[in-house]
Amino acid sequence: MRYLRPVICSFLLALLVTTLTACGGSSSATGETTTETTTTETAPGDQTTDVTLDSPHRGGTMKVVWNGFGSSIDPGVDYDGNWTLLRITNDGLVAWKRVSGQDGNTLVPNLAEELPIPTNGGLTYTFKVRKGVKFSTGQEVKPSDFKATIERQFKLPGPVASFYAVLLGGAACEASPAAGKKCDLGKGIIADDNAMTLTFKLKHQDADFLQKLALPFAYALPADTSPKETSVTPLPATGPYMIESYKPNVEMVMVRNPEFTQWSRDAQPNGYPDRIEFNLALTPNEGTTQVENGDADWIADQIPTDRLGAISEKYPEQIAINPNPQVYHMVLNTQVPPFDNLKVRQALNYATDRKALVQLWGGPKLAEVTCQILPPNFPSYKPYCPWTKNPGETWTAPDLAKAKKLIAASGTKGMKVVVIGTPDESTTSFDLYFIDLLKSLGYDASRKTLQSSVEYPYVQDSANKAQISRSYWYPDYPAPADFLDIVVGCSGYHPNSTANPNLSMFCDPAIDAKTRAALAKQITDPAAAVPLWTEIDRLTTDAAPWVPLFVASRLDFVSPRIGNFQYNPSVVGGFMIESAWVQ
Amino acid sequence: MGVAPTEPAIDLPLSPGPSRGTWATAVRRLRRDRAAMATLVVLVVIVTSTLLAPVYASRVAQTDPFRSNLSGTVEIDGSRVPVIRPNPSGLGSTPIGPTFGRHFFLGADTQGRDVAARILYGGRASLIVGVAAALLTCLIATGIGLLAGFTGGTTDAVIFRALDIVWAFPIYLLAIALSTSLLVQGLKIGPVAVDPNSLLLPILIIAVVFVPYVARPVRGEVLAVRQREYVEAAIAQGARRRRLLFKEVLPNVLPSVIVIFPLIIATCILTESALSFLSIGVQPPQASWGTIVNDGQNQLYTRPLVSIAPGLLIAVTILALNVLGDGVRDALDPRAKIRRRKRRARDS
Repeated sequence: MRYLRPVICSFLLALLVTTLTACGGSSSATGETTTETTTTETAPGDQTTDVTLDSPHRGGTMKVVWNGFGSSIDPGVDYDGNWTLLRITNDGLVAWKRVSGQDGNTLVPNLAEELPIPTNGGLTYTFKVRKGVKFSTGQEVKPSDFKATIERQFKLPGPVASFYAVLLGGAACEASPAAGKKCDLGKGIIADDNAMTLTFKLKHQDADFLQKLALPFAYALPADTSPKETSVTPLPATGPYMIESYKPNVEMVMVRNPEFTQWSRDAQPNGYPDRIEFNLALTPNEGTTQVENGDADWIADQIPTDRLGAISEKYPEQIAINPNPQVYHMVLNTQVPPFDNLKVRQALNYATDRKALVQLWGGPKLAEVTCQILPPNFPSYKPYCPWTKNPGETWTAPDLAKAKKLIAASGTKGMKVVVIGTPDESTTSFDLYFIDLLKSLGYDASRKTLQSSVEYPYVQDSANKAQISRSYWYPDYPAPADFLDIVVGCSGYHPNSTANPNLSMFCDPAIDAKTRAALAKQITDPAAAVPLWTEIDRLTTDAAPWVPLFVASRLDFVSPRIGNFQYNPSVVGGFMIESAWVQ
Repeated sequence: MGVAPTEPAIDLPLSPGPSRGTWATAVRRLRRDRAAMATLVVLVVIVTSTLLAPVYASRVAQTDPFRSNLSGTVEIDGSRVPVIRPNPSGLGSTPIGPTFGRHFFLGADTQGRDVAARILYGGRASLIVGVAAALLTCLIATGIGLLAGFTGGTTDAVIFRALDIVWAFPIYLLAIALSTSLLVQGLKIGPVAVDPNSLLLPILIIAVVFVPYVARPVRGEVLAVRQREYVEAAIAQGARRRRLLFKEVLPNVLPSVIVIFPLIIATCILTESALSFLSIGVQPPQASWGTIVNDGQNQLYTRPLVSIAPGLLIAVTILALNVLGDGVRDALDPRAKIRRRKRRARDS
């Protein structure tokens, strides 16, 4: 026993140190806690243990302020705005791994038992659906629910149904939205509730089909869900949280889903807070003050730029900056003068002072200069910058002399150019910069201001012949095609339509042929497709349908009581509020 | 057997409408009104300052207040400093000033533009829109009021039911609706086309929405004047309608319009500021006091002067115009002052 005493003492000391470290993490700065993840609390490989059940951090109420809340709480309707919240209330067959870091873009099975290997030449995907998963209403999730959910997708308004038009019967549903209520995907989706299998049959290969199934549009809802958009009544949930109440522009409350049992920590981990309250009525300025005073735990909106300096200097430990694949750019309409002329598009790219615009956005910590279409850390990305004084991999300075030569050679000097913009401060300041730049290049530049709700559809519709506007693209899923085939590729170009994501109206047949080849290769040999996409990125960048400006990072400002801040890089990610400790 | 109206043999001054002597008396009364004179001086200073905006921008501030100056530098106290300085934390940036000196007297905005120079230019736009819209409103409203009140009957009913429709809309709602829709494509009526960026667009919109508010009292005045003895005497002497309208009625209605005019200018400036603040009035890169208040609302924490300075100028101008309007009314209609005093005495 005498010999055991030092051993016991050492063990107790080690235990004490470990406990103190853990406690320090919970109460310390955000920057420190970002390295500590919930996954470290459980043994690797354990997919079922609920990491939060015995944690002292489990419980409490998190208070969030969010002025820019999305348009809907219906996963079938909301496009991007609330995905980060719907991600913790509902689930699809597959999901991006719910962890911080680049691993967060990895696709993992969610309500499916495993990721399927496509058969029939990439045209058939068969899933085995997990047994025992229940909606918050108590109903069990069945394969037929997924079929009904995708069919419902075609019955709801909005341009998003096209994600699943590749299914057999999908094109017919998409083509007749008025008759959408009769949309039948019986041939495209075969659900067997007894065998718990779900088979998707595609009309043609789609290399990103699994990624599309991870989007909230494909989150399971009970088969008897109304085909009409829900406005304020929350839909049944499968995730760790469910929406208890929602008053648009006022508040929303999320509570624990009593039917939730963690089935995969990678796909849908349990959450720490018991309750999450959203204040939707405050302006970003008011919200920032609330977090500053400790009255709220997190502001989901962007902090007003004039407060960035003071906030970052006073509360550096409450600030978290994480990279985002959000590419800000000026869209150049390649179908209308003067931007139908390659020389003019190249000239504007050469003339743009990207460093000044990064500063205007909030500084180099919040934005990284870019010259190309694909963002850094994205599949197939390789740095490339032809639009600088010394072309190479990075941007150094604008080349006004070259720009002026190109403009002179184009013979377009003196033409009228109208910059389309919205009234918000950020867009206005960028537009004013480009108006001045265009004037200095010899154009008669002016601005047309449209309200935010009007501006995007206006620019989308080629009939309006919008010449230039500021835009950004946040990819729907981490695949090069989402940029190169959809936003600046032929697949996304729908003339005279407001469902056109290709605002530059850019469609080059030669590049498109390479895109088809890359998409085909991605299904059979993903590694071999990587250099193909890199080449397409370069070719498209050279064709200059955009003036790529910078890739914006995400800044989060949280209260000092928030611990274990985790940031997921996927499109449905961001600050993982379920993993945060509020006690 | 009807008797055709004939022109009177001798053109006698029938109406007691304002004569040269009446105007001179009014000016004398206005001069004696210290408050009105003080506000007139304030207005003259404001107008002169805004007229000198180009001189201030080019000679004093030596800057173009309509061009972005994101990477620019300026010499202050012998050393060259950036107009926009990145914050030490690396997040955000701080525009220069206010220096209360030659360059960037009130500081720079987020685009690196001189706020003081922009306020002077902005004042020009606000005053031009305010005065032009008020003039247009008074012209249209006087015409409509004269026509409706003098003609009466169906014409009066039709005109005023049409104006009632405009009246039924809250002013700002109507102005916002018109601005939002017209800003998309501009205004096109036949060969007349107004560019969405033109100052003419807010002038027209503001003028149109205020017409009923001036036309109604003008019509009331016309109806009252028509009943006066001198008008009846003119009719009895066989005066023609045109003569009645322009020689008897209009001169007696005009003082009311002149009294309303400064008040309408004030209201038009306020409306322009509101529309521009909402980004549907004067369009960037042009500036008005409303657009500058809007520019400054995102800098209230670090740069409150950007909003406060044009806001104060709007307030001072409106106050001055209102006091001047009161002075003009008292000068043209001294009985109104007596009536007001009596009412105050009764109320107290």
